[in-house]
Amino acid sequence: MSITREKLVDAYTTMVKIRTFEEHAAQLFAEGKIPGFVHLYVGEEAVAAGVCATLRDSDYITSTHRGHGHLISKGGDVKRMMAELFGKRTGYCKGKGGSMHIADMNLGIMGANGIVGGGPPLAVGAGFACKYLGRDDVAVCFFGDGAANQGTTHEGMNLASCWKLPVVFVNENNCYGISCSVDRATCVTDIADKAAAFDMPAVTVDGNDLMAVYEAASEAVERARRGAGPTLIECKTYRQRGHFEGDPAEYRSPEEVAEWKAKDPIPRLEKKLLEMGVLTEARIQEIRAGVLAEVEEAVRFAEESPLPDPSEVTEDVYA
Amino acid sequence: MATMTFADALNDAHRIEMRRDPNVFVVGEDVGIYGGIFGVTKGLLEEFGEMRVRDTPITESAFVGCAVGAAAAGLRPVAELMFVDFVGVCLDQLYNQGAKMRYMFGGKAQIPMVLRASCGAGIGAAAQHSQCLEAWFMHVPGLKVVMPSTPADAKGLLISAIRDNNPVVFLEHKILYATEGEVPEGEYTVPLGKADVKRKGEDVTVVATAAMVPKALAAADALAAEGISVEVLDPRTLLPLDEEAILASVKKTHRLVVVHEAVKFAGPGGEIAAMVAEKAFDYLDAPILRVAAPFSPVPFSPPLEQAFIPSEERISQAVREVVGA
Ligand SMILES: Cc1ncc(C[n+]2csc(CCOP(=O)(O)OP(=O)(O)O)c2C)c(N)n1
Ligand SMILES: [Mg+2]
Repeated sequence: MSITREKLVDAYTTMVKIRTFEEHAAQLFAEGKIPGFVHLYVGEEAVAAGVCATLRDSDYITSTHRGHGHLISKGGDVKRMMAELFGKRTGYCKGKGGSMHIADMNLGIMGANGIVGGGPPLAVGAGFACKYLGRDDVAVCFFGDGAANQGTTHEGMNLASCWKLPVVFVNENNCYGISCSVDRATCVTDIADKAAAFDMPAVTVDGNDLMAVYEAASEAVERARRGAGPTLIECKTYRQRGHFEGDPAEYRSPEEVAEWKAKDPIPRLEKKLLEMGVLTEARIQEIRAGVLAEVEEAVRFAEESPLPDPSEVTEDVYA
Repeated sequence: MATMTFADALNDAHRIEMRRDPNVFVVGEDVGIYGGIFGVTKGLLEEFGEMRVRDTPITESAFVGCAVGAAAAGLRPVAELMFVDFVGVCLDQLYNQGAKMRYMFGGKAQIPMVLRASCGAGIGAAAQHSQCLEAWFMHVPGLKVVMPSTPADAKGLLISAIRDNNPVVFLEHKILYATEGEVPEGEYTVPLGKADVKRKGEDVTVVATAAMVPKALAAADALAAEGISVEVLDPRTLLPLDEEAILASVKKTHRLVVVHEAVKFAGPGGEIAAMVAEKAFDYLDAPILRVAAPFSPVPFSPPLEQAFIPSEERISQAVREVVGA
């Protein structure tokens, strides 16, 4: 299935928005305005943008500790996201969750997740609910190369396959789980090979190529929607920054980082869209300016929002 | 004596035991190349090599279970769980396998392993990276549970834990890693199951654990100015619990406040309070009070997190209440 010109522009805009949001988050974290842990998605934007371009609001996603890209791609509001990063009451989780737990149940975003491998079984559950209720919605599970080794991931894929559930497992193989390179964590070259154990179709794509991701995802999502069961998509990509902000990342070479920065998905898509005549330089500037204004507005909103009141600690524990 | 941080004291304990006993090895996520996410295992890979300092994939069940199995087969593993919150991922290997093998096999196995884990709130790490779960482990016969509050205790207790022939859960409050203190050199040990009186006092006993110990000491300083003499006792090991030391202190002061960061309901304080009520009721001049976290997950936002963590002021209030001040 090839992508429409309109969707290409949307996906490009989404990628720029993720990057801009995170560049601001990095700066604000360095200034001490954002507390806790912040894990950035810089360099991996084509994965979330490409996959979510195939989804609708009523579809579900499960995310990870590195969730900003997934949330923005699924339609998350950057104002409420930024406010949550600041721990403000106007944030998505009223300041209770922070970067690692942002969720928007109205958009099917079942949360970023602090537990590696926490998402796959949840996606299975969301997929089961869709099937049970006779909806043709799907659940997409984003998970890392590190998470690919967790028991919960394998158990989740097995169950989804056994029950032919509408789940798409999207592996973000960014070469590392903190300091552990993927070749030290698994003996297969392609994580997609793991799907064979579950008799699940699988494909490996260039995760820095928006169109390749989109194509693989639209096929898998279409398959899930028509009740034919789950798919595993492995997207090969790279985390350009440290594992979390503040990680010196001494476990990898500057050459390796430089090599991947040269394959950055955003300039790559930009070049392609210019060649295709989908975008012009002027339109690019316009998009970038629009995104920047939106993110700056989000920062202003977060800065001006009130902190939660200490009395709110015990609210929201039970329904 | 040398001044070192809590994290360095733990590192020192690893090195001493690894040099002494070739069967001691370290296993966990990012313990090798990275040196542990809190720096506790820094330099161990360089000194002891890859066979003894094992970086693992993100597979808590596999590496904690590996520690249990290796211990059963004669090694002395020290497994690092980056955050105690992740124990849910691998709990079966710890509590159904490691903790029970000896008993189920009629005393014919021993599991000399240590599971180290960071715990506690205070750095904005939110609900899945900030918990104090010591009460969970205290509920499992077969485990030992250690929770130090000073660099010296951290070192001495870790060496004892490594030498112990039982599975020991060793909980390190992350706020304490950077704190400094005097640490004895060489093979310094602190016995498991022995409490320590961190400050002598006459009017009230405050039993506090981990990061609550420095807060209790600060409260005790402030209360001294009000004429209240507080004894601060750190159990250091929660299982087995040094009942004798706690009872001796309460029999002297006649009042007890228990302070911990775990949520209050069904927390470790309930066990300590019940033990004292059973064994020293007649000595008590006031109801036992507990100062602990409210019954909620740990919130992210700093003002919420600070409201969650028991404060020095709440400790002082409880002490004033039991002495009727
Ligand atoms: C159960 C569990 N184990 C360990 C961690 C600590 N941790 C957080 S992120 C991470 C690496 C995850 O690697 P990967 O799945 O490849 O995702 P990436 O960070 O590369 O996006 C680790 C080990 C955790 N949060 N949860
Ligand atoms: Mg990774």
